[in-house]
Amino acid sequence: MQRLRVRYAKRGRLRFTSHRDISRAVERAVRRAGIPVAYSAGFSPHPKISYAGAAPTGVASEAEYLEIGVNRPCDPRRVRDDLDASLPPGLDVLDVVEARDGNLADRLEGSMWELRLPGVDPAEAERAVKEFLAADLVEVERLTKKGMRRFDARQAVRSLAVVEGPGITAGQETVQPCVILRMVVRHETPAVRPDDALMGLRLVAGFAPPSPPAVTRLAQGPLDAMTGEPADPFAFDRAGGDR
Amino acid sequence: MSVESLFPRLEPLLPKVQKPIQYVGGELNSTVKDWDEATVRWALMYPDAYEVGLPNQGVQILYEILNELPETLAERTYAVWPDLEALMRSEGVPQFTVDGHRPVRAFDVLGVSFATELGYTNLLTALDLAGIPLEAADRTDEDPIVLAGGHAAFNPEPIAGFLDAAVLGDGEQIAIAISEVLREWKAEGSPGGRDELLMRLASTGGVYVPKFYDVEYHQDGRIMRVVPNRDGVPTRVFKHTVMDLDEWPYPKKPLVPLAETVHERFSVEIFRGCTRGCRFCQAGMITRPVRERSITTIGDMVEAGIRESGFSEVGLLSLSSADHSEIAGVTKGLADRYEGGQIGLSLPSTRVDAFNIDLANELSRNGRRSGLTFAPEGGSERMRKVINKMVTEEDLIRTVTTAYSNGWRQVKLYFMCGLPTEEDEDVLGIADLAKKVIKAGRDATGSRDIRCTVSIGGFVPKPHTPFQWAAQCDHETVDRRLRALRDALRSDKEYGRAIGYRYHDGKPSIVEGLLSRGDRRVGKVIRAVWEDGGRFDGWSEHFSFERWMAAAERAFADEPVDVDWYTTRDRDEHEVLPWDHLDAGLDREWLWQDWQDALNTVEVEDCRWTPCYDCGVCPTMGTEIQIGPTGRKLLPLTVI
Ligand code: B12
Ligand code: SF4
Repeated sequence: MQRLRVRYAKRGRLRFTSHRDISRAVERAVRRAGIPVAYSAGFSPHPKISYAGAAPTGVASEAEYLEIGVNRPCDPRRVRDDLDASLPPGLDVLDVVEARDGNLADRLEGSMWELRLPGVDPAEAERAVKEFLAADLVEVERLTKKGMRRFDARQAVRSLAVVEGPGITAGQETVQPCVILRMVVRHETPAVRPDDALMGLRLVAGFAPPSPPAVTRLAQGPLDAMTGEPADPFAFDRAGGDR
Repeated sequence: MSVESLFPRLEPLLPKVQKPIQYVGGELNSTVKDWDEATVRWALMYPDAYEVGLPNQGVQILYEILNELPETLAERTYAVWPDLEALMRSEGVPQFTVDGHRPVRAFDVLGVSFATELGYTNLLTALDLAGIPLEAADRTDEDPIVLAGGHAAFNPEPIAGFLDAAVLGDGEQIAIAISEVLREWKAEGSPGGRDELLMRLASTGGVYVPKFYDVEYHQDGRIMRVVPNRDGVPTRVFKHTVMDLDEWPYPKKPLVPLAETVHERFSVEIFRGCTRGCRFCQAGMITRPVRERSITTIGDMVEAGIRESGFSEVGLLSLSSADHSEIAGVTKGLADRYEGGQIGLSLPSTRVDAFNIDLANELSRNGRRSGLTFAPEGGSERMRKVINKMVTEEDLIRTVTTAYSNGWRQVKLYFMCGLPTEEDEDVLGIADLAKKVIKAGRDATGSRDIRCTVSIGGFVPKPHTPFQWAAQCDHETVDRRLRALRDALRSDKEYGRAIGYRYHDGKPSIVEGLLSRGDRRVGKVIRAVWEDGGRFDGWSEHFSFERWMAAAERAFADEPVDVDWYTTRDRDEHEVLPWDHLDAGLDREWLWQDWQDALNTVEVEDCRWTPCYDCGVCPTMGTEIQIGPTGRKLLPLTVI
C-alpha cells in the first residue's frame, strides 16, 4: 500500500472548522477526486486517512498534515491538484509526497505560530515578551477533558518575539492595526498552545489584549538544531528520489 | 445600492460561540452571486439551527432554482443559537445570510420553509435580529416580503400576523413565478409600493396574503367566516403541484457542509405524494396525487449528486419509498453501479407491507446495514383500522423475520399514542407486538442477539386530514399510557431486555396541537412566548411547556377560547376551520366521510391500485397519478 503525505492549509473563514469537520470534508473530497483510498477491513470499513496534530478550531494554519493510504500507486502531484480542487476554498492542499519509512507524527516536533493582536501597544508587548522569556517557569491553567490542569507554559516555548511588518496573512478579513507575535513551541504533553502562552503573558506581565488574537500556524516539523525553527518534515521523504 | 458584507463585524464574535463554522458559509456548491447584477433577491430561511436546516431539501431546491434565474439571486439564513444571538444584539450585528453575509433586511423576499410549526418562535427571532418589524402591518417598503412555504404553511393562520404571504405546496414553479412578478414590478419602478406588490401576488390565485382576508368570529369563539376584504382577491387559495418530477431534477448540486449536520447523505426524492391514505398523515393528504420520478432520472441524479458532493450514502426519499413502481430496479441498479464503491443506500420510509427480501438484499449488498425502521403507528389491529394503516400483525412479523434472517440485528418500530378512539389496551398492545417481533427474530436466527426499539410519541391532529375534526388526547392520558407501556415492556423477563423504549412525553404535542390547528388569535401566544425568551421549540432542552401555557393564559384572557378549546375539543362537521379557505384539493365532504369511516373502523384502499375514490384532489387541481413502470433499467456506469 502506497502512503501519501499531504500538507494543507486552513485559511480565512475555514479556520473555524473543527478537526472532525475537516476529516469529514477530506473523506468526501478524496471520494470526489477519485483517489483510490484504501479502506480498513471489518464490518464498517473506514478510509485509511490519518491526521497529525490538528490545529484547534478557530486557529488558521499553513502547515497541517495528513496521510492517505491508497490501493494503487498515484502520482503525488496529481493527487495534490485533484484533492485541492475537491476541497472547498480555504482548505488548500499545498504539498503531497510519497511516504518513505518512519512516522510522520514523530517528525512534527514543534510548531511556529503567529499571533495577531489588534489594538495592542507594541511597547507593552515587547515588555511582556521580555518578562515571559526571563522567567524559568510560567504556570498556567487550562480546562481539559480531564478537568482543570496546571502546567508550565514556559519551557516548551523555544522562541518568542514581536515581529515587524505584515507577516504571512492568515486570510483575516478584518483589517486593523495590530501587533504580531511569533513563537516556536516544542510539542509536549500537555501541548502548550498559543492561548496558553497568551495566558502566561498575562500572568507574568499583566498583558491583556482587548480582543481575541488571530492565530496562524506557519510551520510544523523537526526542530532544527541550528535555527531552532521547524524544518520541512517532508525532506526525508523527498530525499528518497525526486518525483 | 450595494450591500456590504457583515462578515468583518461577525468575525470577532465567532471565537466566542459554539460551533462557529455553522455561520461562515462557503459550503461546497454554494453560490454567492453579484448583488448589483440581480434585480430580485431572496433570502431563504430554514427556521432551525444550521445543523438541521442545511440538509433540508426544500430550501436546497429553491436555492438552486432561483440562483439559476439570470436576474435573481438567493442566499440562505438559519436560526442562530442563543449564544450568538446575545452577542449580535450587544454588538448590533443584524440577521445575516451565510452566503454573502448580507443583512436579511436588504433582500426583497424572506422565504421561510416551515416543515414544522415548532419553528415559529425562531421566525420571530430572525425578524427581530434583522430589524424587520414583527407584525406585517408595521412593515414599510424598506422591508422584505416575508413569505412562508412548506407543509406548515397549509395552515399559516397562527403566524398570519407575522407573514406578508404564504404559498401552499410544491415550490419550484411558484417561486419562479413570484420572482417574475417581483422583477416586473421593480422594472416598472415599484408602483404602489408593498401593497400593490402583494396585490399582484394575491391576484395570481397562487399566493395567500393574509391581510387581504378578514376573519369574523361567533360569540362562542368559533369562526363565522373568512372573507377577502378587497376586490381582486380570490376567495380560496390553492396549492401548487409539480406534475413531472423528471423536469425538475433538483438538487443537482447538493450543498456539502463543513459542519456536522443531522443528515449526512445525498437524498433524491423518488416520488412525491402518497395515497396510502393514513388518516393521521398530513403530508400524505396534502401532497396528492402520487408523482413518481422515473428510474432513469433517479439514476442520473444519484450519479451527479455523488460526483458533486462526495457523500457516501444515498437516501431514496419519499413518503413510502418501497412503493415506487420500480423500486426493485432502482435499488438493484444502484447497488450494481456502486458495487464495492463504499456507497450506502437507504430507504428512510419503508412500509411494513412493501418490504421484501430482494429489497433487503440490495440494501445490504455493499456490506453496510443502515438501520431499518417500520411504522405500524397503532398497537392494535383495531387502532390500525381507525388510522387506515393497513398493516396486519402477520405483515409485521413476516417483514421483521425477513430482516432478521438477512443479517439485521435491530429494527426500530414507530408508534403514536393518543390516536382517536384509543384505549389503554391499544397502547399496551404495542408491548405484545414487540415481544412477538423479538420472538420471531430469535426463532428465525437461532440467536438471542436480536433487538428492537419501540419509539412512540403523542399524536397531533393536523389540518387537511380526516382527523382535523378530532379531539386531541390530553397530555395526562398520553403520559399515563406511555408509562404503562414502559412498565409492560420492562417487566417482561423473557423479552424485556431485548426491547429498547424511546418516547416523547405528551406536553410538547399539546403545544404542537395548538399551533397546528390554531387560528389568528394564537399569534398573540406565539409572540408572548417569544418575548418571554421562547426559542428553538423543537429542542427539548429549550422547550418550556409552562412558558407556553402561561403565555396562552395571558393572551387568551379576553377571548372565549383557551388551549383546550384548540386542542382537546371535538369539532362538528360544519364548524368553519381556520384553514377552510386554503385549498389542498381535498373535498371537505370526502374528508368528513373518511373521519366517520375511521370511527367505524372502515378502511380505504390506495387509489394507485384500485379505482379512484374521489378524494377530490385530481379534479380540483387538474392533476393525475403519475406512476411507472417505465420498463427501463439502470445501465452500469462506464468507469474512466
Ligand atoms: C428528511 C426528513 C427529515 C430529516 C431532515 C429534515 C430537514 N432538515 O430537511 C429529519 C430526520 C431531521 C427530520 C426531522 C423532523 N421531521 Co421530517 N421528514 C423528512 C422527510 C422524509 C423528507 C423531507 C423532504 O426533504 N421533503 C422534500 C422537500 C423537497 O419537500 P419540502 O421541504 O416540503 O419543500 C417543498 C415545498 O414544501 C415547498 N417549500 C418548502 N419551503 C418553502 C419555502 C418557500 C418560501 C416556498 C415558496 C416554498 C417552499 O417547496 C419545496 C419544493 O417543492 C419528510 C417526509 C417527506 N417525504 O416529505 C419528513 C417530514 C417532513 N418530517 C416530519 C416531521 C414531523 C419531522 C419532525 C418534527 C419529527 C420530530 N417529531 O422531531 C422533525 C422536525 C425537524 C425540524 N426541526 O425541522 C413530517 C412533517 C409532518 C407534517 N407537517 O405533515 C414529515 C412530512 C414526515 C411525516 N410523514 O410525518 N425530518
Ligand atoms: S382524486 Fe382519485 S386518483 Fe386522485 S388522489 Fe384522490 S382518490 Fe386518488
